[in-house]
Amino acid sequence: MSVSVELVELTKTYKGTAEPSVDGISMTIEKGQLVAMLGPSGCGKTTTMKMLAGLLEPTSGDVRFDGESVIDIPAEKRQVAMVFQKPLLFPHMSIGDNVAFGLRMRGVDKKTRKLKVSEMMELVRLPGMEERRPGQLSGGQEQRISLARALITEPDILLLDEPLSQLDANLRIEMRDLIRQIQAELGITSVFVTHDQEEAVMLADRIVLMLLGRIQQDGLPQDFYEQPATQAVARFFGTKNFVPGTVRGRRFESALGTLQLGQDHPDGEGMLVIRQEAIEIGPGANSFEATVQRAMYLGTHVRVWATAGGVGLQFTVPPGVRHEEDETITLRLPMAQTWVVPMEDRIL
Amino acid sequence: MSGDRGIVGEAGVMLPDERLDPEDPPQSVPGPRPDQRRVGRYVLVIVMCTLLLVPFVPLIFWSVSHRWFFPTIIPDQLSDRAWSYLLSERSQVLEGLTTSLTIALCVAVLAAAIGLSGGRALGLYRFRGKRVVELVLLAPVIVPAIAVAMGIQVLFIRYSLADTIPGVVLVHLVPTIPYVVLVMGAVFANYDVSYEEQARVLGANPLRVFLHVTLPAVLPGLIVAAFFAFLISWSEYIMTVLIGGGQVVTLPLLLFSFVGSDPSVAAALSLFFIAPAIVLMVLTSRYLSGDQAAVGGIGRA
Repeated sequence: MSVSVELVELTKTYKGTAEPSVDGISMTIEKGQLVAMLGPSGCGKTTTMKMLAGLLEPTSGDVRFDGESVIDIPAEKRQVAMVFQKPLLFPHMSIGDNVAFGLRMRGVDKKTRKLKVSEMMELVRLPGMEERRPGQLSGGQEQRISLARALITEPDILLLDEPLSQLDANLRIEMRDLIRQIQAELGITSVFVTHDQEEAVMLADRIVLMLLGRIQQDGLPQDFYEQPATQAVARFFGTKNFVPGTVRGRRFESALGTLQLGQDHPDGEGMLVIRQEAIEIGPGANSFEATVQRAMYLGTHVRVWATAGGVGLQFTVPPGVRHEEDETITLRLPMAQTWVVPMEDRIL
Repeated sequence: MSGDRGIVGEAGVMLPDERLDPEDPPQSVPGPRPDQRRVGRYVLVIVMCTLLLVPFVPLIFWSVSHRWFFPTIIPDQLSDRAWSYLLSERSQVLEGLTTSLTIALCVAVLAAAIGLSGGRALGLYRFRGKRVVELVLLAPVIVPAIAVAMGIQVLFIRYSLADTIPGVVLVHLVPTIPYVVLVMGAVFANYDVSYEEQARVLGANPLRVFLHVTLPAVLPGLIVAAFFAFLISWSEYIMTVLIGGGQVVTLPLLLFSFVGSDPSVAAALSLFFIAPAIVLMVLTSRYLSGDQAAVGGIGRA
C-alpha cells in the first residue's frame, strides 16, 4: 500500500548551530510518485529524509502520511523503508537473514520469511544467494540486497539516500534502471536523494532542488533546464551563460543587442540565461556578432568560447564546423530558448 | 585482507574495489613460499610459548619439592605435601576460589555494562568537557590504589559496605572501569551508527536494535574488555584487604599469607591462581586476535 506524503514547514536546527539545516520546507508527494530530492552535499536533503523516516525529530513543522501527522510515530512503526549510501548489510548475518530482518522484527514466522526472501531475491535479480555472507558480494550486489531488505516488509514509502553514489559508472546505470523498474512495478511512493542532476532527471517523475536548506524549485525535470527559477538553479543544472539586461515587454535589451523573448517576463532588470546547446550559428532572428576566443574539439561536439558585446559566451557546435581564433561569427538565439531570471543571484 | 568486514573496524574506509570479488581473485602476494612461511610461524609459536611457560617451571618444582637448595637444578626430594594441603578443607582454597570467582565475575559484568555505555558516549559523541572526562577516567589508574581505598573505606564503613562481598565488588570497579571504558571508547570510535538507523527503519525498536545490531558488532571488544576487568579484579590485593577487612578472603589474600612462610604451598597456590586466567584467555583468544579481533589489524594473517 502506498501513501501520499506531505511536509509542512519542516525545519531542523541542530543543537549548537545558529542556521537551520532545513529551513521551513513544504512539499507534497503524490501516491506512487518518485520524487528526486536534488542538491549539493550539506543542503539538508539527508536531514529532510531522516525526518521523513522518523530518525530525526524536527525542530518544528509536520510530516503527514495520507493527511495524518506521523510526527509522534517512531521510525520503527512508520512503514518507511530506507536504503542508505552504503549497503549496511549486518556483517554477522547471512544475506538471507539480512533480507528477512524486517519480517523477523514484525514477528513473521520462519517459513513465510523464507518464501518472501526468495521472492525478493528474484526481484533484485540475485536468486539463490541467501547463504552467502555480506563480504562475499560485490558492491553493486550488496546494494541490491539492501534494496531487497528494504522492500520485503512492503513499506508505504521508500526512501533512497544516494544509493548509487558509491557504485562505479556501469553498475550505477544498471542499479538506477532496476530501481526505476521496481518502483513502477510496486507503485510505491518514493523519494530519491541525490547530488547528481543527471541521475535525478533520468529517474524521477518530479525534481525538488534544495540549496542551503530551502527548496529552490519544484517541478518536472525539463523545467530545470528550460525554465530555471533562479541563477543558482540554472548554474546547478550546468548553465554557463548569463547576460544582464532589461526586460521591456517581450524584448530584452542587453550588450548582445535587443532580443525577442519567447515568454512574458516581468519588466525591469533581469538576467538572460542561455544554455550551451541553445546558441546556433548563422544569421536570423535574435542574431548578434561574436568573436571566437577559443575552440576545443571534444569528439561528439566542439566547445567554443566567444565574446559578444563584452560578454563571454560558451556554446557547443557540431564537430564538422571549424572555428579559428579571433574569427567573427554571427550567432543567433532562437526565441523559444530564451529565459530570464531575476537579476539578483539569491538563494530562496 | 580478510573478506569478513564488520560494523566496527574497517567498514567505512573499505573501497568497493578492495572487496573480494569471486570472479577476480586477488593476486597472490609475492614473498616466501607457503611452506617456508609455515615453518616460520611454528618457530614463532614455539618461542612465544617457551617465553610464557618458562617462568612457571620453578613454580612447578617448588610446589612438589620437599627441600630445594642451591645449587641443585631440580629438587632432590619430592613431596606432595603442598598439593594435598591445598586440596584439603583446612586450606580454605576452595572458599577462596569461590569468593574470587564470584567477585571477579560480578566486576567483569558490571564493568562491561558501564563500559558499554560510557565507551559509546566517548567514542561516538563530541561534547563539552570530553577531554576532562577522559582524564578523570584515567585518574584511578594513576592515583595509587591504597590512597583511593583508604578514603573509600571510611565511606563504606558508614554505609556498612565494608567487610562485605558487594563492597569489595564496588571497590574493584574503581580500577577496572577506566580500562573497560577506554577499550570500548576505541571500539565505538570505529563504529558506524548508520547500521542502527538502518535497523530502526526496518522495524526494530531500540532494544532490538541493541540486541541484533549493536551488541553483535561490539561483542569482540566487549569480551576483551570484560576479560581485562576480570583479571584486574582477580589479582587485586590491597583494595580487597582494606575494604574486605580480612572477612572477604580471596585467592590473592591466601597466596600472600604463604609467600615467605611456605614457598612450596605458595608455589602450588600460584599455579592454582593462574589457571582461570589461562582458561579465559584460551576461550577469548579468537577475540584477542584473528579475523574477529577487537583491536583491528592485530594478528591478521
